[in-house]
Amino acid sequence: MNAPASPPSPYSSAIGKSNVESHTLSVLVDNEPGVLARVVGLFSGRGYNIESLTVAEVAHGEHLSRITIVTTGTPEVIEQISHQLERIVPIHKVTDLTVGGKFIQRELAMVKVAGKGESRVETLRLAEAFRAKVIDATTESFVFELTGSTTKIDDFVELMRPLGLVEVSRTGVAAISRGPERI
Amino acid sequence: MSRQMTGAEMIVEALKDQGVETIFGYPGGAVLPIYDALFHQNKVHHVLVRHEQGAGHAAEGYARSTGKVGVLLVTSGPGATNAVTALTDALMDSIPIVCISGQVPTHLIGSDAFQECDTVGITRHCTKHNYLVKRIEDLPRILHEAFYVAAAGRPGPVVIDVPKDVQFAVGTYSAPRGIHHKTYQPKLKGDRDKIRQAVAMMAAAKKPVFYTGGGVINSGPAASHLLRELVQLTGFPITSTLMGLGAYPAPDPQWLGMLGMHGAYEANNAMHDCDLMIAVGARFDDRITGRLDAFSPNSKKIHIDIDPSSINKNVKVDLGIVGDCAHVLEDMVTLWRSGAHEQDKKAHESWWKKIDGWRARNSLAFKPSTETIKPQYAIQRLYELTKDRKTYITTEVGQHQMWAAQHYYFTEPNRWMTSGGLGTMGYGLPAAIGAQMAHRDALVIDIAGEASILMNIQELSTAVQFRCPVKIFILNNEYMGMVRQWQELLHGGRYSQSYSEALPDFVKLAEAYGAHGIRCSDPAKLDDAIKEMIDHPGVVIFDCRVDKAENCLPMIPSGKAHNEMILPDEDDDIGSVIDDKGKMLV
Ligand SMILES: Cc1ncc(C[n+]2csc(CCOP(=O)(O)OP(=O)(O)O)c2C)c(N)n1
Ligand SMILES: [Mg+2]
Repeated sequence: MNAPASPPSPYSSAIGKSNVESHTLSVLVDNEPGVLARVVGLFSGRGYNIESLTVAEVAHGEHLSRITIVTTGTPEVIEQISHQLERIVPIHKVTDLTVGGKFIQRELAMVKVAGKGESRVETLRLAEAFRAKVIDATTESFVFELTGSTTKIDDFVELMRPLGLVEVSRTGVAAISRGPERI
Repeated sequence: MSRQMTGAEMIVEALKDQGVETIFGYPGGAVLPIYDALFHQNKVHHVLVRHEQGAGHAAEGYARSTGKVGVLLVTSGPGATNAVTALTDALMDSIPIVCISGQVPTHLIGSDAFQECDTVGITRHCTKHNYLVKRIEDLPRILHEAFYVAAAGRPGPVVIDVPKDVQFAVGTYSAPRGIHHKTYQPKLKGDRDKIRQAVAMMAAAKKPVFYTGGGVINSGPAASHLLRELVQLTGFPITSTLMGLGAYPAPDPQWLGMLGMHGAYEANNAMHDCDLMIAVGARFDDRITGRLDAFSPNSKKIHIDIDPSSINKNVKVDLGIVGDCAHVLEDMVTLWRSGAHEQDKKAHESWWKKIDGWRARNSLAFKPSTETIKPQYAIQRLYELTKDRKTYITTEVGQHQMWAAQHYYFTEPNRWMTSGGLGTMGYGLPAAIGAQMAHRDALVIDIAGEASILMNIQELSTAVQFRCPVKIFILNNEYMGMVRQWQELLHGGRYSQSYSEALPDFVKLAEAYGAHGIRCSDPAKLDDAIKEMIDHPGVVIFDCRVDKAENCLPMIPSGKAHNEMILPDEDDDIGSVIDDKGKMLV
């Protein structure tokens, strides 16, 4: 008995639908089995978007992991997401870095490009401009390692496309606030 | 105190330490060690249900009627999957229950072993939290933590999945110590400044209304007392959701009746026209708000809730106060008493006048009959004949549930148990058993429909075995009445599959189970038949044959606003009131 996507349901929220924003959330969790499934399940179950999600243990002794989620939604939806995340029992803290103001986001990508002759020179020239490192090379291919913002990596990948882009592996976004404070 | 014992013994020990006297369960291979541990003691009383869903709803009924955590015990695989509906029900209605499930031994997990299922995976979405216990060392902590998580903050169901080898393993048990959870610490006290602001808004309001919900019940009896005090002090009108009935006494003149889809006309109109809404422990569910963009368009809204995610979820409010209802209400009462409030008496008078005008529409009226029993009349008589006793009411789901909510007047919290959020047919009988197990001397009645009752009819056997003298009062209209009503509303009265064909003879059915059966179809004989039911010392099925065509009104049709209700005297053509958009909704 699900209502179809359109027309919009009179029961769904009538508050601001147009101003969709991208937010980066930092979530500190107890590193216990199933915690990632809880977070991902929350997003799928409630129909929220995940643009990027990364997770790794950050304090081994305390069994703490940090999940960075880039999501999109109206400010109301983003607030809901934070509150819903806070309800998950093993979650210590949810911080909306975007609301907090100044923060840095980085992604790491490995980009494989194949080609011969002239295009190889052009590839290397561009890689240098992006400060991408060559981490593997054969006579007909390169693998570049590149860190930076999501858009920087997007741009690099687009430039490589006509030069023989083979495949890309990206880590997703990790983020941290600027200044001395911790989240 | 620490002692060496097996995992199974720890489970029983933890139940004792948590003050659990009664659990509901069903045995199987993966929980045999726990059943053996239960066998060796007599402090924890085990009620053998006939289906694990029944165990879950019984635990809910027990929890809802006592304010304590309800416990169920089920085996792995089908035992756990059978409990899923009840867990989801408890999640939707915020009922604290702990479900202990058996699991195949740890070394077999993932091998598709006999009666293996991914219980924590399946129940992750229908519990507040769940655990798979992989090491005996973790078991005591998890057991105690589960009770804390189930009851703290916004209550809910918790599953502890215990592999069989962990039940056999020996370890050190320690009793629960002071509750300090490292991540889960809900905020109980509301922000003082915000409460002050709320009181100022209340003092200035011209057309206020209290809108209260199940959170007030969950917060404990003190919350209901404080709510009554605050409502009396302010003189404001009050309405409540289905889940909140009983927090405020229904016979009181300030009570407007239940609100929402089948709420009273005066309650819904007061919500629509108010200038200040004070929501306490309620969650702006779609059954309550109706069409959102027309929901109470001109009011300021205050929302008190222990769950921050409930605030601004469906409806944007002007002032959100995170905290436990009892704590916040207490502060409000204190602040209100300490200030001299210049309320606009004139405005209040005219607000009440307006409300009285809506009241005069008599929206719960029905056409009386001397020929057939009107279902509403049956509930009214049931109320009159039971109101002076300690009575607990549970329901199934459908028209009878709404008529019970409309026509049975609750005066105390924890006396009314119904499946609100999930709307689970089959809830009422096991919930009644759960309530009766906790209140042996009380009168416990399941107000049922003839279709719903068949969903967990097997629990009749449980009731008889445990001398649980519940009364099943079936409003038998030979239809899935609520489905039939919607088919009239939306589908031209084409009653596709909603006739209750081939019904059992409920009197004989009662007798087959060793219970007592009563049938009545004559309004003149109804009182005597109800008295017979009350006076019978054992389990009773009352087959109350009611008008088959009655619809449950008033009603906010799907997709409409609070001030667009269908009233009982305007229901001639209910097939034409819902537009195409509304037809998409449930
Ligand atoms: C488990 C379950 N299945 C289906 C429904 C949908 N449903 C809601 S009310 C209803 C009919 C209930 O009939 P009955 O118990 O006779 O109650 P009445 O409405 O006639 O009072 C149905 C099928 C439900 N709520 N729960
Ligand atoms: Mg029926």
